[in-house]
Amino acid sequence: MIEKATALVEELSKKFDYVEVNEQSTVIIPADKLLEFMQALRDDYGMDFLTNETAADYPSENKFEVIYNISSIEKGFTIMVKTSVDRDNPELPSVFPIWGGANWQEREIYDLMGIVFTGHPNLVRILMPYDYEGHPLRKDFQWKGGRE
Amino acid sequence: MIRTQEYNLNFGPQHPSTHGVFRIVLTLDGERVVKAEPICGYLHRGVEKLAEARTYTQVIPYTDRLDYLAAMLQNWGYVMAVEKLMQVEVPERAEYMRVICGELSRLASHLIAIGTYSLDIGAFTGFLLAFRERETTMDLLEELTGSRMTLSYARIGGVADDAPEGWLDKVDKFMDQMPACIDEYDGLITGNEIFQARTMQIGVLKPETAINYSISGPSLRGSGVDYDLRKAKPYSVYDRFDFEVPLGTNGDCFDRFDCRMKEMRQIVRIVKQAIEQIREIDGPVRGKVPKVIKPPAGDAYAEIETSKGIIGYYVVSDGSPKPYRVHVRRPSFINLGYLDEMLRGYLVADVVAILGSLDIMLGEVDC
Repeated sequence: MIEKATALVEELSKKFDYVEVNEQSTVIIPADKLLEFMQALRDDYGMDFLTNETAADYPSENKFEVIYNISSIEKGFTIMVKTSVDRDNPELPSVFPIWGGANWQEREIYDLMGIVFTGHPNLVRILMPYDYEGHPLRKDFQWKGGRE
Repeated sequence: MIRTQEYNLNFGPQHPSTHGVFRIVLTLDGERVVKAEPICGYLHRGVEKLAEARTYTQVIPYTDRLDYLAAMLQNWGYVMAVEKLMQVEVPERAEYMRVICGELSRLASHLIAIGTYSLDIGAFTGFLLAFRERETTMDLLEELTGSRMTLSYARIGGVADDAPEGWLDKVDKFMDQMPACIDEYDGLITGNEIFQARTMQIGVLKPETAINYSISGPSLRGSGVDYDLRKAKPYSVYDRFDFEVPLGTNGDCFDRFDCRMKEMRQIVRIVKQAIEQIREIDGPVRGKVPKVIKPPAGDAYAEIETSKGIIGYYVVSDGSPKPYRVHVRRPSFINLGYLDEMLRGYLVADVVAILGSLDIMLGEVDC
């Protein structure tokens, strides 16, 4: 059994040839392998708890990064998995069928960052009003007021 | 059979038992819930966006306003993520001050949780009793930080200031009195027959569902899942204390409530040990941190156990004095993701009991 996050990351990079690992032991995977990889992570490696799912906007590289922090309840460690999605066509499969915890987190990302999760059962705005236009956490969002 | 018609009922947003401004659109068949659609966002302030226009230190007061009932724990999660990014070492004495202040915050939050919960169920006296001890906790925190609720006590690399003279003795004395107070709540609320009838076998959450839906904190442990970050992956100095993680068995409203009640006894144990150990430790409460905080480019995720569950901060730095991106994983928000299924089949009166047993904080839900 794998007892440590670093051991798991090493094992994953051996098993899946598309997996990249950076210096901080973050696992980077291509978006088209996302569902297949996440399913294996939960079923074969016991990573049963999706702690955190979020996204960050990088307009200079024309991409959104989607970040998943996944834990194992039994062993108590967490790994970080990242994937990138094109900024012009931000579409990514939803991990809701694998972890129900993605339910509201993906709605929040859709609301604030504008990434569309295909296969999500109820992808509507959650914090902003339903008729709101734009996605506030994008770097090119123009806000009114403020101190500056 | 009589044909009945379903109808919609707005629960909230202005309803005291939503503990803030929160709306549930209930579809009812008579008094039974068929479907529930939770609607949040009434308190959305855009803390994550605001953080991008502030320096790293200026973000700390914003974290207070997420869960203002346990502000220290929110500060702590944020500074821990920045410290991880900068690889700063925190002095030992500061870690102990964080534990003591953090556990007092957790105690204050649990007292509100059990007090308002008994009020939700209809027991007004329980509410008053819990607020009595909460007031003492508030006084202690005020003496330490100058503020009752928005503490902003944690700093990147340590805490704001050392404890004033005699403060530790006062906390120690309060912790001696606390077990008797908890006995009193137990007698009045936990042992109350009406309270038990209203909460037992209501809102049952199965352990596998709780894990799948990323539910954390006492709401997860009430279902019998042993996952408390202070034990599962001890951060700070939690590995030096001897304490237990209370677990429930049925995963109903009563178990979630009871977990909080038992957790308060563990808080007393932790704080007593921390005070005993901190007396042996001398030294600074602030680590070596540059005046202008500019973490190297990169990202970090840190999480700690708060009174509501797991709070996580994801911080990205681009090397400038302002964070490029801050994301908060809020336990109250994620714990609500399963509310719809949880309410189905129960009566309208149970909606209040189930929502209250999750102990949400709307400042945190809406961020």
